[in-house]
Amino acid sequence: MTQLPASTAKKLGLVIDLDTCVGCHACVISCKGWNTENYGAPLSDQDAYGANPSGTFLNRVHSYEVQPEAGTAQLIHFPKSCLHCEDAPCVTVCPTGASYKRVEDGIVLVNEKDCIGCGLCAWACPYGARELDAKEGVMKKCTLCVDRIYNENLPEEDRVPACVRTCPAGARHFGDLGDAESEVSQLVAARGGFDLMPEQGTKPVNKYLPPRPKDVVPEFDVLAPFLDPVATDGKGFAHWLDKALSALPGGAK
Amino acid sequence: MHPAKSVIIFTTFSGLGFGLLFWLGIGAITPTGLSAFIWFTIAYLAAVGGLLASTFHLGRPERAIKAFSQWQTSWLSREGICAVATLLAMAVYGAGLVFFDRVLAPLGWIGALGAVATVFTTSMIYAQLKTVPRWRHWTTPALFLTLSVGGGALLGGQVTEALVLLALAAILQVYTWVTGDTRLAQSGTDMATATGLGHIGTIRAFEPPHTGTNYLMREFIHVVGRKHAQRLRVIAAVLAFVLPVVCLLLPFSHIWGALALVSHIAGVLVLRWLFFAQAEHVVGLYYGKR
Repeated sequence: MTQLPASTAKKLGLVIDLDTCVGCHACVISCKGWNTENYGAPLSDQDAYGANPSGTFLNRVHSYEVQPEAGTAQLIHFPKSCLHCEDAPCVTVCPTGASYKRVEDGIVLVNEKDCIGCGLCAWACPYGARELDAKEGVMKKCTLCVDRIYNENLPEEDRVPACVRTCPAGARHFGDLGDAESEVSQLVAARGGFDLMPEQGTKPVNKYLPPRPKDVVPEFDVLAPFLDPVATDGKGFAHWLDKALSALPGGAK
Repeated sequence: MHPAKSVIIFTTFSGLGFGLLFWLGIGAITPTGLSAFIWFTIAYLAAVGGLLASTFHLGRPERAIKAFSQWQTSWLSREGICAVATLLAMAVYGAGLVFFDRVLAPLGWIGALGAVATVFTTSMIYAQLKTVPRWRHWTTPALFLTLSVGGGALLGGQVTEALVLLALAAILQVYTWVTGDTRLAQSGTDMATATGLGHIGTIRAFEPPHTGTNYLMREFIHVVGRKHAQRLRVIAAVLAFVLPVVCLLLPFSHIWGALALVSHIAGVLVLRWLFFAQAEHVVGLYYGKR
């Protein structure tokens, strides 16, 4: 059914810490591995060992350079996967009912047997969370590892999405964002977690934690600003060259 | 957006076919016998041919029948239902004209309404997308409808109506281009809202997630063809509007009529190519592109 549920019992999702992510792409690889071997059609690659490799991924890590008004630029690694939106535009546009949002936990899934591969859901998603698999011809997206999180055949510590389990930096957190008391909700509240593209009105469940403010480099010596580090009593050829060049029209003094 | 051949052919020819069905339905042309058979064959070839072309871009065309189920929320599903209902109604109406010389007027009006609804639902597939600010505007359905009914009038030999509608479409098209060019910037979505990092400083895409390309970039970031967009706009406007109008204003001859039609179709194909190639999807912002 492509009608969105009015509310869901839980809002399972991810909290991604942009302060902690080191950009190692381990979550990308573990996601590709788990989701190729388990739920649904495998995530295919085209020309994997050739000149133009391309493939289906459910999770990708961008890197951005952010230049503040003063100080040095920051490099911020930015993992991006399905945000399991409350008002998921990808679900309502689906003509076949293959896309749906689960009432019990809010996970957005694709029933691949009903998908005709029209691609309209990927058009409707502002985040690029859906990719049409070139080999299977069906839409692939993050399942929040629905085949892990409820899987009683796995040890309890493994019952989280593969990306969360594998993250060596602890930058990814999984839980119920509908429960204000949950660890992830408290983390979002404490760190000022935010939505991506809030103006699109999708109400994403996944939240991002902003990078913490950078430390200000302390002044090592209070007298340092008063010291003149440039030697003015130079000697020899370099001194003569400096004076000669400065004397030219437009020369630096 | 990637300008897929199948979708350009689909929107151009099914628009034209349903436009002709509109004029046949309202009784502007009421041919009978063999002449009616030829008229309806032309309309169905364009409408059904376009619809069939649209299935070529599906990953799983063999399951296309399932697309009729979600009319409550999906414009694509509504379009499928409108198209099939219109084609069925007009088939009965056409059979009345071809075999019994009977004008089943109420059925014709239903078919005409259905033809307009089909083109409207097609346009809403694009106009509904918040992710493509250029399309999310009333001009998208207005232009689709005017071009479809205007093209149908041209194909159906309704000279006066065609002149008025093509002139109107030209004005709408120019307005769409002028206002559409700034709509992404005005939408409020930019790299700062996409990443939520705008409070720190100026954001630059430093490194993409992959060394090659991917589905998202192929589908949503079309840069190559935009280079010639302004020249193509002039070519499209001349072919789709100016030349057909000049042909129609000349003393009537079937040669001028045919030239007007061929020129108009070529022009609309270029217009549709631009419609997709120039549309910017917000996901491009994550790649520092548009």
